[in-house]
Amino acid sequence: MQYLLNVIHDSGENATEAEQAAIVVFNQQMKADGYWVFAGGLGVTDNATVVDNRSGGEPLVTDGPFVESKEYVVGFWIIEAPDLDVALKLAAGGSKACNRKVEVRPFL
Amino acid sequence: MNVEEALARAQREEWARVVAALARRFGDLDVAEEASAEAFAVAVERWPVDGVPPNPGAWLTTTAQRKAIDRIRREDKRDAKQREARMWQDEAPEPLGAVEDERLRLVFTCCHPALAADARVALTLRLLGGLTVAEIARAFLVQEGAMARRITRAKDKIKAARIPYRVPAAADLPGRVSGVLAVLYLVFNEGYLATGPGTDPVRQDLTAEAIRLTRLLRTLLPEDGEVAGLLALMLMSEARRTARVSASGELVALGEQDRGAWDAALITEGHRLVRERLASGEAPGRYQLLAAINAVHTDARDVRDTDWSQVVALYDQLVRIDPSPVVALNRAIAVAELDGPEVAMAAVDRLDDALTGYHAYHATRADLLRRLGRSGESRAAYDRAIELAGNTAEVAALTRRRDQLP
Repeated sequence: MQYLLNVIHDSGENATEAEQAAIVVFNQQMKADGYWVFAGGLGVTDNATVVDNRSGGEPLVTDGPFVESKEYVVGFWIIEAPDLDVALKLAAGGSKACNRKVEVRPFL
Repeated sequence: MNVEEALARAQREEWARVVAALARRFGDLDVAEEASAEAFAVAVERWPVDGVPPNPGAWLTTTAQRKAIDRIRREDKRDAKQREARMWQDEAPEPLGAVEDERLRLVFTCCHPALAADARVALTLRLLGGLTVAEIARAFLVQEGAMARRITRAKDKIKAARIPYRVPAAADLPGRVSGVLAVLYLVFNEGYLATGPGTDPVRQDLTAEAIRLTRLLRTLLPEDGEVAGLLALMLMSEARRTARVSASGELVALGEQDRGAWDAALITEGHRLVRERLASGEAPGRYQLLAAINAVHTDARDVRDTDWSQVVALYDQLVRIDPSPVVALNRAIAVAELDGPEVAMAAVDRLDDALTGYHAYHATRADLLRRLGRSGESRAAYDRAIELAGNTAEVAALTRRRDQLP
């Protein structure tokens, strides 16, 4: 079972050095324990572009995120975990390491 | 025992066991719930004709399993992805030994912290308590359709997010048990001081259900002090139920209740649990302290015999583990009896910011101000308490007190 752990924050500023160090330790542990699938940082939504090609004609391209909100996804982990209890524990560890909120979402 | 009694008893005693056994076998709460409901419906039809089977629980489980297998065969035409979603339990779980009661898994799944609080309550009452969706909807003054959606949504999340059907590991158990107790206490309190203009002020259906489920939890976790504490607290509160509402429908304060009308058997049982916890020598948690406070109250034949210094000492202990303003308010009420209303008033005034939207805060202030002879301020506090109170019997009592002010 895979889960997406979205890192939620109200600014896209980079992690501090201490946060960065804690994230590295956390990631290494996730890899050692076999939970790691993938991770990435995204930062601010200013650089986002929304593409809508549902009509199949000329794609509609819009500058900015799909929705303006105070908080947004600044990064994510994808993990492999047997159940939600394990995923929540990892999310708690990740949230502590990067010092930001984490949203847990199961893959379909 | 006639057939109706046998059916009622099976509903009470076997429902959770049947649901839990099916959930374990098929790994799907939906299948477990609906197949169990079908099996009970078959019993209602067959038992009056065929007679009550010698082992009703086994009969119901077997019947429910057949219904579940039928349902799964029908569903097998669905895609493999959905069948895979059924495998969300451990393949070889042995957390509490082989004799572990399946119902315990069910409790922890229904009260999982990843579910919304109202969904936990609804799922617990449906899957463990065996209440119908209509009954739960009525209990919480929600439309039946809305309650059905709430339950369906919770079950969908359990499946999609793979909330495990498992007793938590020992390290996580205290936190998870306290989540379960919070759900049961919420059900009890909604019965004990029911909200809403159209309901009875005391809902015995809910208090009785909460006690029944807490008793069940106690048989499943006999060593847990907080489970014993909550059960004792509920029993001693329930013991006072009939004395709490007057003939004219007013809530009667503890000090003014007819103590002869208290249920002596429930109090005895509650006291026995409290003594058992004291004898354990373990540090008491929140529910054990609340139970101990209730034991002091119910120990006094006359309100004047109440050992208020003991009550305040227990509240001091409670404040240390739960420094919430509501606990501080209840402590102040006991302080008023021990050190007088003036001392209590000073403590209550400090809670203004935190509790300004809480009816009991204003009711307490109103009472203290009345005792201090500050009638004008008391009246204003009563007005505010009446405005905020949701319980009809409490509103009636507050209104009379306000109208009796000089």
